[in-house]
Amino acid sequence: MFARFANTTAFPQPAAQDGAARGRATGAHLAVMGLSHAYKKIDGLVLDSLDFEVQPGEVLALLGRSGCGKSTLLHMLSGLSLPSAGEVVINGNTVRGPSQAWVMMFQAPSLYPWMSVAQNAALGLRFARRSSEIATRVPEVLELVDLSPYADRNVQDLSGGQQQRVALARSLATAPEMLLLDEPFSALDAFTRRSLQRDVRAIARRLGLTMVLVTHDVSEAVRMADRVLVLDANPGRIAEDTAIALTEEQREGGCERFNAEHIRLMEIYTEVAHGDPSDQTDD
Amino acid sequence: MTAIPDTARRNAGAGGFRLSQLARARGLAHAGLGIALLMGLWWLGGRAVANNPNMFAFADFAPGPTLSALWGIVQSGAVIDMSVPSLYRVGYGMLIAAALGIPVGIAIGRLPWLRELTNVPFQFLRMISPLSWMPIAVMAYDTWDGAIVFLISVAAVWPILFSTAAGVRRIDPAWLKVARNLGANPLHMLFVVILPAIAVDILTGVRLALGVAWVVLVPAEYLGVTSGLGYAINDARDTLDYAQLGAVVVVIGIIGFALDSGLAALIKRFNWVRASA
Ligand SMILES: Nc1ncnc2c1ncn2[C@@H]1O[C@H](COP(=O)(O)OP(=O)(O)OP(=O)(O)O)[C@@H](O)[C@H]1O
Ligand SMILES: [Mg+2]
Repeated sequence: MFARFANTTAFPQPAAQDGAARGRATGAHLAVMGLSHAYKKIDGLVLDSLDFEVQPGEVLALLGRSGCGKSTLLHMLSGLSLPSAGEVVINGNTVRGPSQAWVMMFQAPSLYPWMSVAQNAALGLRFARRSSEIATRVPEVLELVDLSPYADRNVQDLSGGQQQRVALARSLATAPEMLLLDEPFSALDAFTRRSLQRDVRAIARRLGLTMVLVTHDVSEAVRMADRVLVLDANPGRIAEDTAIALTEEQREGGCERFNAEHIRLMEIYTEVAHGDPSDQTDD
Repeated sequence: MTAIPDTARRNAGAGGFRLSQLARARGLAHAGLGIALLMGLWWLGGRAVANNPNMFAFADFAPGPTLSALWGIVQSGAVIDMSVPSLYRVGYGMLIAAALGIPVGIAIGRLPWLRELTNVPFQFLRMISPLSWMPIAVMAYDTWDGAIVFLISVAAVWPILFSTAAGVRRIDPAWLKVARNLGANPLHMLFVVILPAIAVDILTGVRLALGVAWVVLVPAEYLGVTSGLGYAINDARDTLDYAQLGAVVVVIGIIGFALDSGLAALIKRFNWVRASA
């Protein structure tokens, strides 16, 4: 099933055959080089010379206070907007616009309310003129996000968590190599958020996807990320680059290792945020 | 996956069904009563006219003579002969109005500068009765038909244009961003996102426009043409056949009502907004 995902990725990539042979797709390699950004209407830089790299299949969290430029950075990674200076390089190619090979997911699911679950999930394939794949791929991705019985429902008749799952299925249908998530779970209740955090990480790992996740929730970063970049505000800079070394079981929480990582990251974050953890959501 | 107990759901469904049936029966009863009231007023009016020595010549306008004249034109097929040209003119005019109003409405909804540029001129033009253009239309067009279609288009374009523009402005910007992110090209954007999103706004505009067009049609058909419902009215007046005149008036009302109901049904069909149950 996942081999098929790998074979049909739209993007040329040398490692794909390898990954496919092992029954796994290969995620994109992402490099950000000297990226700075200033908005026309405001003075000063929002992002100041960022340099980092994300390995194929790695889950990276961008952690930072509100307004530090996380969404701005993610838009540049997706090609929805372009940086004032510097480059985003994916699989060796400079990003100049959106592509089917990487997909962004937003805080609101933004589904099309006149369509069913399956029609929403099929959109990327339709836009890519790959409609012939809809019949096989859409059921696959709906299965992946646990929504198979809901395929023909109108999306307005779903809960918020289910809607976000549809948005995830929609993002996965074109078999992207990278997912960019902008606080995708922040509007959900704690239980739904937990289960989505676990499922999205599991899916990304099964598919070998590279993932960049924007959050201001320390526990979300600890649960989901292999590595965390803590961003400074005004201008946005990388203050800290730290790995989260936890096994999948430990990420469920409730163990000493998880708590230790959580406290460690919280301390880093608090320090970077100038001792003001007030906008911190925690559970 | 919330599990609503089956029995609970069935009961709720059954209750809802009974309630909606009751509401529908009440609606039908009220509609019937409304028609009866209208007929009653008409009949009273006929009586009053017949008893008035200054007006008794118009007494054939009363329900009895009118309805038998109506039956006459239905049987002779004259009702078809007079309706088809009118429907053709209105359809043609509406088509032109939609072909202009929808694209321009979308452009105005999407481009703030265009909205600012056109706002005053369009609001100004909109307030001019389409019939004011009649002398110009008559000069500008070789045929009477052309002039009538022009007048109908002028009347119908504004509701379609403004309703479309308002619909476009209400589109969730995230829908456009997501589509772009998923690789939509401008044509996809238009046909997969924008048009379905505003289908109801467009149809609502068309419905309003049709109401105006149907009203403008009859006086427009007083112009030189020798066919159509407006002509039939004029002709009946000239021949002092007030029963016939009444019959045509009824036909105009029925067709207008049917067209409006058809559009209302279409709007219901394309409406994706969930009624908050
Ligand atoms: N389109 C824009 N034009 C001008 N300034 C902008 C624009 N978008 C964002 N900004 C500014 O850039 C800065 C970074 O915004 P951004 O949305 O990237 O922050 P964020 O880290 O995602 O915040 P949050 O956690 O609240 O989502 C803010 O100061 C914001 O005011
Ligand atoms: Mg943001």
